[in-house]
Amino acid sequence: MTAAYSKQDIIAELTVPIAEIAKCYPTQRSVIMPALYLAQETYGFLDETAYRAISEILEVPEIWVFELASFYTLYKNKNIGKYNLQLCTNVPCMLRGAYDLFAHLQTRLGINKGETSKDGLFTLTAVECIGSCDVSPAMMVNDTYYTNLSKERVDKLLDQLSQADTDPLTGNEPSAGNEQ
Amino acid sequence: MSELVLLKHITHPDSTSIAFYEKTGGYQGLKKILTTYSPDKVIDTVKASNLRGRGGAGFPTGLKWSFVPKDDGKTHYLCCNADEGEPGTFKDRLLMERDPHRVIEGMIIAAYAIQAEVAYIYIRGEYGLSIAMITQALKAAYARGYLGQNIFNTDFSLNIYVHKGAGAYICGEETALLESIEGRRGQPKLKPPFPAVAGLYDCPTVINNVETFVCVTHIFARGVDWFTSIGPEDAPGPRLFGLSGQLQNRGIVELPMGLSLRELVYDYGGGPLTGQFKAVIPGGLSAPMIPLAGLDVKMNFADLAAADSMMGSAAVIALDETTSIPTVGRRIAEFFSHESCGKCAPCREGLPWASKILNRIESGHGRSGDIEQLQVICGGVFGNSFCALGVGAAWAIRATLKHFPHEYDALINQQTIPVDDRTNL
Repeated sequence: MTAAYSKQDIIAELTVPIAEIAKCYPTQRSVIMPALYLAQETYGFLDETAYRAISEILEVPEIWVFELASFYTLYKNKNIGKYNLQLCTNVPCMLRGAYDLFAHLQTRLGINKGETSKDGLFTLTAVECIGSCDVSPAMMVNDTYYTNLSKERVDKLLDQLSQADTDPLTGNEPSAGNEQ
Repeated sequence: MSELVLLKHITHPDSTSIAFYEKTGGYQGLKKILTTYSPDKVIDTVKASNLRGRGGAGFPTGLKWSFVPKDDGKTHYLCCNADEGEPGTFKDRLLMERDPHRVIEGMIIAAYAIQAEVAYIYIRGEYGLSIAMITQALKAAYARGYLGQNIFNTDFSLNIYVHKGAGAYICGEETALLESIEGRRGQPKLKPPFPAVAGLYDCPTVINNVETFVCVTHIFARGVDWFTSIGPEDAPGPRLFGLSGQLQNRGIVELPMGLSLRELVYDYGGGPLTGQFKAVIPGGLSAPMIPLAGLDVKMNFADLAAADSMMGSAAVIALDETTSIPTVGRRIAEFFSHESCGKCAPCREGLPWASKILNRIESGHGRSGDIEQLQVICGGVFGNSFCALGVGAAWAIRATLKHFPHEYDALINQQTIPVDDRTNL
């Protein structure tokens, strides 16, 4: 979120969609998680201004908003790169070379875990299991899965992402049951 | 098993469309149930099938449903636990992405059985495609009148909503999942009261896994006798096994329970990627690993428990001879340490401590006494943590110490780094 958004801006923009979500729940407190997602999708990340706006829209204490934003890892409290490279390093991916891949990404991008490249394009994140263990090593770029990764595949993908004028992320690669 | 049931339509290009689902018999069982069965008859049928939950604990599904009080005047809730996060597990994702209507039909049947008029499906935030496919399928089911007011012109009404998780493994624990829907941090609650009595918003609530709902639809389509004829008596029905790690063939296989772990990793997994297996994790990362010598164990609840492990989510992760067990032990500790919710001291403090020691050992700086210290820490977490997260973590770490002490000793005594240079993760 940039300073360009004030609390009033957020309230003006999100009050109606949040009221729509609230129809799914009997309490306002339950609406905080989806409201945080909505604010994050709209403004990029979450800060105190967003927490206050959500607490005022839902008429809940601000601490209720903050305690969720700080507990759940998918809520971001700082701006990240255009492409969030989330490489799974849990055991099923580790056993198939995820650590080598992570080192390769670090070297190629010149950044460490959690950092964003200078051009603002890539953030490098090591994540826990993303449910692609049969096609590991696997990585999510924003919401899109890339699987059966090798250094060559990762290089090709980063080349594409670096050069593309438009967002080249299209379609997930669904996991598929083995032929028996 | 020659015939696939759970995965029957999974590779069909139209598997996600409601027209295809209806054409292959979908929602017909539901109509029969809602128009001719009493809720009690539904529960009795599921009880008779002896279906056991496919999430991890293996609790009998019909029994769980029967705990919900009848005519108590309270709102009842149903929740689908689609917060699949146990490392090695990816079956629910496949079911939601490729057969979403079957998940929904199973939920409607369960909701009718416990007389719930509101249901939530809690899908982990990383599963964007699952959320999209379920959301699309819900819309189609509403349009056809399978959801909403007075389904099939009966008194039964049901709304199902998707609640998107936000990256917390602990929310797979059922009381933490309920806390999360209520808009709180995902921290487990004391049981009793059990959710069936006081769950979501303090109302009677049933929580079942995605695959469990899928099994329910097949029980009503094909009958209890068919279901109980598959696999062992105390754990019948088809089950999805995840195969990952250092195997020739990875993926999801549908099989009855009761076959041996050896059959799974050789006949279906195609054997080790390199050389020989060292060990196999039989039920997700929190299930203690079983060394090569123990691979003849049968994949059912009792035999795995006797082998000091568990069925868990039936996610089989194989480790071959190229893998350093202390590295795996360290990674297990790191994962659970990261995912500890912070509620109870044994888990919150013990797991990072264990993780630190394991990191030290792995990097060649282990000290004499480290193994004993790890045993003390694991003993302090096991049985003392508030929920199963700490128990599973300590149990899984202890198995690496128990079966492969020589690998730890070698690292500590030789002060060398046997695995290739680790990146600074």
